[in-house]
Amino acid sequence: MQPNERPAIESTTDHFQYVLALADDALVLGHRLSEWSSRAPTLEEDIALSNIGLDLVGQARSLYAYAGHIEGIGRDEDALAFGRDAHQYLNMQLVERLNGDFAATMARQLFYATFAELFWTAMKRSKDVELSGIAAKAEKECAYHVRHSAEWVIRLGDGTDESHARMQREIDEAWMFTGELFAMDQVDRAMCNVGIGVDRSALKSDWDKAIDAVLTEATLVRPRDGWMISGGRRGTHTEHLGPMLAVMQSLPRTYPGAKW
Amino acid sequence: MTASGSQTETPGARLERARAVLDRVTDPELPFLTIRDMGILRGVTLDGDTLEVVITPTYSGCPAMDVIASDVETALVKAGFTDIRVSRVLSPAWTTDWLSADAREKLRANGIAPPEKASGKRALFSQVETHCPKCGSADTERVSEFGSTACKAHYRCLSCHEPFEYFKCI
Repeated sequence: MQPNERPAIESTTDHFQYVLALADDALVLGHRLSEWSSRAPTLEEDIALSNIGLDLVGQARSLYAYAGHIEGIGRDEDALAFGRDAHQYLNMQLVERLNGDFAATMARQLFYATFAELFWTAMKRSKDVELSGIAAKAEKECAYHVRHSAEWVIRLGDGTDESHARMQREIDEAWMFTGELFAMDQVDRAMCNVGIGVDRSALKSDWDKAIDAVLTEATLVRPRDGWMISGGRRGTHTEHLGPMLAVMQSLPRTYPGAKW
Repeated sequence: MTASGSQTETPGARLERARAVLDRVTDPELPFLTIRDMGILRGVTLDGDTLEVVITPTYSGCPAMDVIASDVETALVKAGFTDIRVSRVLSPAWTTDWLSADAREKLRANGIAPPEKASGKRALFSQVETHCPKCGSADTERVSEFGSTACKAHYRCLSCHEPFEYFKCI
């Protein structure tokens, strides 16, 4: 992809880090979902999770290619995805959480997809034509992801005593990871100031409304906002990201430049 | 550089010939549709001596894109073109609105329910009737939002009991 024009900005580094972090979010969650392939509860669900993962990996590819272009030292999408260690990954910690049981995967998915749809919708107005182009595609894909996860959270929450208890437990467990969705760091603010980035904090009220509607229909209780995890954007991660990257990166690291 | 044996070919004629070749390149997942029918082929132009072909993915992660890019190149090389560049654009985002009426008919004839026209969130989520491509009944139910490829959903007809695929509106 060769973008024709790029907005004039002061810091290429901020721009690069901004796009790279978005790519990392999409790739890490996409890879996590791919771990369900051949293991999902039903064939239809296996296909659904693989498709959603594929959408996210596709978004990640576009974002990595663009990040590499901004950086301008010749790193392509593969170099960025396979050539960095966990502490160099900038994804939010929510997306690296283990798949756990189906309820855990759906809680993580509902929280992220609901955010992502709002985020990409706002990003369509970015002055950065490359990002707004990626956003226009991602927004439409995320709309399907929201509906898919919302249906499952409702079905499990408003299901049997067992499914209700497990869905509630996973909503509670994942809640402290949702603060990062709306946290604005220095890179976010810099990109927002030049009309490239999205004000994530402004998305919170719409996200709250959408999540509340699903939780209510699912007969689940919204957890109270307490202490929130942070640090993913600075390269601080849970112990689960490293092993995931080790699996994902093993082949290109063992056989650099391998083709098949 | 011009195609072998046609050194006098004008740029206009060269472009015409390239377009005719590309009109025969089909989608690897839906071989009864050409990439022009699908709206994947966005433009064919000459940049100096270089023939530039622009394609766009249906979904961000569509794995068929690499195959399509190489099919385009192979078809052009076979037709004698040498200086070719295949580039990808994301914007404007692909939409099922670009499927021609002819393409919709071909989908139906091949057992895939075509997307309801006019994309956008309302069409995406309002429960529009999906007709069975086999018997035409509107008495159908969605089995799963996600089907064999990123662009299709899985349905079942409650009249003739056939399972079928619906090309998702996006």
